[in-house]
Amino acid sequence: MNIVVFVKRVPDTESRIRIQHETRSVVEDGLNFVASPYDEFAVEEALRLKEANGGAVRVASVGREEAMPVLRKCLAMGADEAVLIKDEAPESYDGLRTARIIARAVEGRFAGTDLLLFGKQAVGTDNGQVPSMVAELLGLPQANVVTKLEIEGGSGTAYREVEGGTEKVVFSLPAVISAQKGLNEPRYETLKGIMAAKKKEIPVVRLEELGLKAEDLAPKVVVTGLDVPPQRQAGRILQGDPAETARDLAALLHAEAKVV
Amino acid sequence: MIAVFIETRDGKAKKGSLEALSEAKRRAAELGVGTAAILVVGGGATSDGVVAELGGCGPARVHVLESAGLADYSAQGYAKAIADFVGEARPSALFFAATALGKDLAPRVAARLGVGLASDCTRLAVRDGRLEFTRPVYAGKALLSLTLASTPQVATLRPNVFPLEAGPAGAAPEVVRKAVEIPDGFVKGRVAEVLKEESVEIDVTEADVVVSGGRGLKGPENFALLRELAAVFPRAAVGASRSAVDSGWIGHQHQVGQTGKTVSPNLYVAVGISGAIQHLAGMSSSKCIVAVNKDPEAPIFKVADYGIVGDLFEVVPRLREELKKVLAE
Ligand SMILES: Cc1cc2nc3c(=O)[nH]c(=O)nc-3n(C[C@H](O)[C@H](O)[C@H](O)COP(=O)(O)OP(=O)(O)OC[C@H]3O[C@@H](n4cnc5c(N)ncnc54)[C@H](O)[C@@H]3O)c2cc1C
Ligand SMILES: Nc1ncnc2c1ncn2[C@@H]1O[C@H](COP(=O)(O)O)[C@@H](O)[C@H]1O
Repeated sequence: MNIVVFVKRVPDTESRIRIQHETRSVVEDGLNFVASPYDEFAVEEALRLKEANGGAVRVASVGREEAMPVLRKCLAMGADEAVLIKDEAPESYDGLRTARIIARAVEGRFAGTDLLLFGKQAVGTDNGQVPSMVAELLGLPQANVVTKLEIEGGSGTAYREVEGGTEKVVFSLPAVISAQKGLNEPRYETLKGIMAAKKKEIPVVRLEELGLKAEDLAPKVVVTGLDVPPQRQAGRILQGDPAETARDLAALLHAEAKVV
Repeated sequence: MIAVFIETRDGKAKKGSLEALSEAKRRAAELGVGTAAILVVGGGATSDGVVAELGGCGPARVHVLESAGLADYSAQGYAKAIADFVGEARPSALFFAATALGKDLAPRVAARLGVGLASDCTRLAVRDGRLEFTRPVYAGKALLSLTLASTPQVATLRPNVFPLEAGPAGAAPEVVRKAVEIPDGFVKGRVAEVLKEESVEIDVTEADVVVSGGRGLKGPENFALLRELAAVFPRAAVGASRSAVDSGWIGHQHQVGQTGKTVSPNLYVAVGISGAIQHLAGMSSSKCIVAVNKDPEAPIFKVADYGIVGDLFEVVPRLREELKKVLAE
């Protein structure tokens, strides 16, 4: 089975975000960048499927040269090959643009892939758009926010969380799957893996090589503002006797907050 | 015209969809355009009940897209039905509720139409005749505002954020039925079954009150305290931090936060939860936040509107009794 996992480099979720107001962008200095956590679940799932069924696991990232360490980490986890699809554009918050690039790469370099694995959302931009968009552009079935995946022969079953339950999605391959926490527990890289990954060459594909036209890449999203959220007013914090504080809180929720 | 996809479950419209329709009505009035609702129904299903429900946020028209091929939900089939409708009706904007289904479907529709998408919006405005969408990014540490340079402007709207338009039910909407063609073999994946979680009555994303517990609860048995507190309210659900879920104290369905669900209830009560940024990402758009924590320095107090510093085992049962009294009045 041939699997490609798409991995994005993102600021780690603990990062303190500072905003550059003139450019409406996030200040990158001092941020720690990692593979988006959900993408790690996708990489792990791909490795497990390969261990069970044979085949190859490739990982790809769309972004600047800075995404290389993220790709190397995936190699160290056990991926067979990593490819950087080089895109110099700053963060566009535009899922369709990324999806078009990825779809084109799948039709070209990654032709013959059985399974395209993604994270449910890239943390930071929190769009949750690219997997479904790629699926549509390629006419493939999809299952998003998946916590359990079973592949057998040319078809699969995925379980995904919905309000108040779990949906069982059945699909044929090739297919697009996006991973949610709970799917698996990503492995740590081994020292041997890290050493081997260091030696591997990571090919770079340019957007021009994918035959994308300028209009395909023109962002549909126009950022009109990026700001810190308004500070919540300092709350009323009650201390002291539990019975008294409980009574006061109930009264405040009723009379002041009017939520009870 | 702003078109809104109405998601149904067990023959009823989802609240998030009605909220999206309400917001559409407000923005449409500002833009001087109308609204329309879109229903997708599978072979033999009836839509009359839902049409009647659209009531106060009633659009002028309800477009019912029908096909035997749409009996089970499939993003592929639904996306085709909706994109075909857009091709004919040419709405200027298209809204979905940011539910599990809406988040699955909206990007697929946007890609089919070749247009951009604003995900999980919490505020909408009109700017120079176009919509401006605002949404939390970086786990709620920043707010992004954007416009879309493509038409229709497609967006998903976070449930429980936009007020329901509770106006009097106007004239009954005109119902326009359309048969959708789903060619054989077009749909390559579909929902075969929905496994309901027995214990969940209302999902955390749909509840008016969410009472969440964290590691401070010390063990699964103590979630009973929270269930009892939640039971005081008419539409409440129990949530949890990731630590509580990872410890196996409660199912992942209940997890609030970046890797769990995003909730915006009227009242969020965090009990024995420290308030890590990944937890805040899932609940900071709640209207009123209450924290109960024994540590006065816990970060949850920074976002709380009200807090009690104290031992939850002493505070929670008393709070329940006090709330009961207030609610009984
Ligand atoms: C990529 C990533 C994603 C994540 N996603 C999520 C997510 O979706 N949701 C989430 O919640 N977390 C998430 N986390 C984890 C998050 O960072 C925290 O570890 C987690 O939220 C902590 O849970 P907690 O508050 O229950 O536990 P703790 O941080 O251990 O806090 C327990 C609190 O209980 C208080 N307490 C203890 N005993 C009592 C008592 N008797 N009475 C009153 N108070 C008491 C303590 O003072 C403390 O503040 C994520 C982390 C990462 C890295
Ligand atoms: N620049 C990128 N490079 C590689 N994969 C990406 C990129 N952007 C998004 N993805 C994939 O799509 C998923 C969802 O991203 P998004 O729709 O941006 O939230 C991510 O978890 C990745 O798997």
